[in-house]
Amino acid sequence: MATIVVHVMPKPEILDPQGKAVGNALPRLGFEGFAGVRQGKRFELTVDGEVTEELLAQAREAAETMLSNPVIEDVVAVEVVNS
Amino acid sequence: MTRIGVVTFPGTLDDRDAARAVRLAGAEAVNLFHADHDLQNVDAVVLPGGFSYGDYLRAGAISRFSPIMEQVVDAANGGMPVLGICNGFQVLTEVHLLPGSMIKNDHLHFICRDQVLRVENNDTAWTNAYESGEDITIPLKNQDGQYVADERTLDQLEAEGRVAFRYVDVNPNGSRRNIAGITNERGNVVGLMPHPEHAVEAGFGPDSREAGRGGTDGLGFFTSAINALLATA
Repeated sequence: MATIVVHVMPKPEILDPQGKAVGNALPRLGFEGFAGVRQGKRFELTVDGEVTEELLAQAREAAETMLSNPVIEDVVAVEVVNS
Repeated sequence: MTRIGVVTFPGTLDDRDAARAVRLAGAEAVNLFHADHDLQNVDAVVLPGGFSYGDYLRAGAISRFSPIMEQVVDAANGGMPVLGICNGFQVLTEVHLLPGSMIKNDHLHFICRDQVLRVENNDTAWTNAYESGEDITIPLKNQDGQYVADERTLDQLEAEGRVAFRYVDVNPNGSRRNIAGITNERGNVVGLMPHPEHAVEAGFGPDSREAGRGGTDGLGFFTSAINALLATA
């Protein structure tokens, strides 16, 4: 089995209210020294057998058209992880 | 009689209120189902509020791929009046009938309040019953209600008069330029976060000057659509 991992992040210019809330909570728990937090999404698309170029191309297309909304998010990586 | 369809997705909450608003405005409400490819010859479509597909992935992101949305997009491109309320607005942005997107409220809280809006464009299929610049009060209730778009898109919306509604007095969710709702170029597709369908019957709406719960400012959305359809008939 192999997994195609898609990472999606809010665009840098878009305010990330969730990341900001997490960032504000960190020092309250004693985690000091982090200047900021941004929260994104990780999708794991599992594949029976080999990851072919065709499957990878499909994953890239799904990442751009469904897994992310290009108005507010960027696909920052599409990578293959073999287990 | 004018037939206005109301789409039910899995997780839609306000379909019955939207259908009631359609009836109170004087049209026939037609229930449409997300899994059908059939608009049942309706004259207009309302995408109501709620949490379709639990807001999974992004609000509206999965509903956008529902079978019925193919017909809704075709009909909207053909000029049919389409109104997206709250989650329905999110579906309209995800399916690219309207620009921009909604992200989480800047304060992160779910918000539920009676909200004053200014009608900035009364030349659409869903706003022609209002005066330009008229202030209306309808309920607002959402968690992902912060309207965002890039500066170029925002400038274009402003220049083309496509900001249909703006929040008055307070910006409840951090929306860019206080935008509460927008329209497409043609004026047949309108989306907004607040809920006109909850302010259509005296006794069950927001508080008004005349009576507690007396506000019916939302009814004009639905009478507007009927006016628009009669004008083109």
